[in-house]
Amino acid sequence: MNIIVCIKQVPGTTQVKIDPQTNSLVRQGTKNIINPFDSYALEEGVHLKERFGGKVTALSMGPPQAEEILREAIACGADQAFLVSDRLLGGSDTLATSYTLSRAIRKIADFDLVICGRQTADGDTGQVGPELAETMGLPFVAYVNKIEEVGAGQIRLQRMVEDGYEVIETSLPAMISVVKEINVPRLPSLRGLARAKSAAVIVWTAADIEADMSRIGLNGSATKVIKIFFPNRERRGEKLQGCMEEQVETLVQKLRESRVV
Amino acid sequence: MEYFLSETQKEIRGLARKIAEERILPVRAELDEKEEFPWEIMKALAESDMFRVFVPEEYEGLGGGCFDLCLVVEQLSRVCSGVAVSYAASALGSITLIQAGSEEQKKKYLPDVASGKKLAAFALTEPSAGSDATALKTTAQKVAGGYILNGTKQFITNGGEAEIYTVIVLTDKTKGPRGASAFILEKGMPGFSFGKKEKKLGIRASATRELVFRDCFVPEANLLGREGMGFIQTLRTLDWSRPGIGSQAVGVAQGALEAAVDYARQRVQFGHPLIALPAVQNMLADMAIQVEAARALVYAVARTVDSGAKDFTEESAMAKVFAADVSMEVTTKAVQIFGGAGYMRDYPVEKMMRDAKITQIYEGANEMLRGTIAAELRKRRGRRD
Repeated sequence: MNIIVCIKQVPGTTQVKIDPQTNSLVRQGTKNIINPFDSYALEEGVHLKERFGGKVTALSMGPPQAEEILREAIACGADQAFLVSDRLLGGSDTLATSYTLSRAIRKIADFDLVICGRQTADGDTGQVGPELAETMGLPFVAYVNKIEEVGAGQIRLQRMVEDGYEVIETSLPAMISVVKEINVPRLPSLRGLARAKSAAVIVWTAADIEADMSRIGLNGSATKVIKIFFPNRERRGEKLQGCMEEQVETLVQKLRESRVV
Repeated sequence: MEYFLSETQKEIRGLARKIAEERILPVRAELDEKEEFPWEIMKALAESDMFRVFVPEEYEGLGGGCFDLCLVVEQLSRVCSGVAVSYAASALGSITLIQAGSEEQKKKYLPDVASGKKLAAFALTEPSAGSDATALKTTAQKVAGGYILNGTKQFITNGGEAEIYTVIVLTDKTKGPRGASAFILEKGMPGFSFGKKEKKLGIRASATRELVFRDCFVPEANLLGREGMGFIQTLRTLDWSRPGIGSQAVGVAQGALEAAVDYARQRVQFGHPLIALPAVQNMLADMAIQVEAARALVYAVARTVDSGAKDFTEESAMAKVFAADVSMEVTTKAVQIFGGAGYMRDYPVEKMMRDAKITQIYEGANEMLRGTIAAELRKRRGRRD
């Protein structure tokens, strides 16, 4: 069973600062890590490989430094890794990103299952997975929390929905996104780290994946981020005066005015 | 301090630290409280190839030596010594096999130790033979095709949990220590059973049990080396393993020092954090000096062991004795700095103090090892070299 796992490099902290001048994320001083949700995808891929054989390919789109997390993926059990990296891809939204990843997956060609995390920890949209499946015309099951069975050309999965679980069968090749309940990602191994050091991470440009230039980067993005900002949280306080009845009356009135009640 | 670790050694240390912080730290108090064997963590250590570190490459190991093992033990011990010793005991249980086993024996047992699929253990101590290992009573009587074992081993780390046991017994009672031999035993052999699990002061996550042999048949193929070599093999095994106990002691002390510094920085009394008080500063400085000195000695000795030196009995004893005494002192001081809070189980330092104590006792009580060092001094002076 050949598996492609899509992973993204994200800042390794939940307290990312925003530069008020440029409205962009301050990435200096934060260590980059594999998007935590993607590490469950990777673990599931490696686990499936151990059960059924085959190989695991890690795929990422990002700046050249994203090679680090692909090496980490190899240390954790991936067999090979590809990075799509090109200045032309800068400014990609989820649509352009999913298109770009679809081109890379077409080039890898040999796969039965594509796995991604439910969302990233930085962008938080949760859109790239479903859009990628749509672009590729693959059946997609989101929020998978358990892979029940893998048979010839098909797979049975359990996915989390708001009020319970759904068991779904689909044909292969297919694509899934996974939730953190699916497994406990392993730590790297010493032999994996040694392998990761010598392994070649293959870097592809937009031209290498024969991407339609109008569908990548800023050109291919249907949305544009105009501004990122922290919501302005102001605290106001007011001490009410008078006797109890008056205070209650003023309070109710003020709550009505501010439309809290 | 710069210890000039190789890239591989830095990786080993880094990964061991990661496992300790991510997998052991969240459960260490619970493991201590419940005296529960840390199988989940053993699995994580196995998956990360930590059991391969001390096994030769020919048997699916990574071929690291005593020093690499020490790096792992120190990092695990910094967070939980009970977990660290369960890991280290598997190394101890394999050393005699690595040093004295036949090609066939090594091929049969070492790959499973390296993968972490099976744990190993070393069994020497008996109810009547602690520091005096010459007082062994467990016997192996020669019969057709093998030996019949009878007797009891006591205080065996990983007892009951391990699958592979190196057991030292008497094949010839009349010869005393020269009649001892080492055997490999497997869990489940008829006549081989386990006694009660001991309740301990510290290292409570580790399992300590009696091994009981009642007419237990062991095939001839399981004899390590030759008959009568058991005592010498044991001395060699322990010379090799003692720096590991030193690194365990250093790890606990390091953990206690860090905890004490953190606490002294945030605990305010008389309007200042404790760390502003000269009395506390002096304690912390002494602790730091001792920990670093112990680490430097342990590393130097571990490297001596790996260098292929012929005899390192004295050095190995020094590393263990010094680090163990440092560990006891530093952890005790850490509890003192924490004051009343340190005496409570809500904070980690009382556990560290309990865990440190064993390092002065096992793998040769510190008093015994001081005797060994003194004997070497005398011998050397006698030789005038």
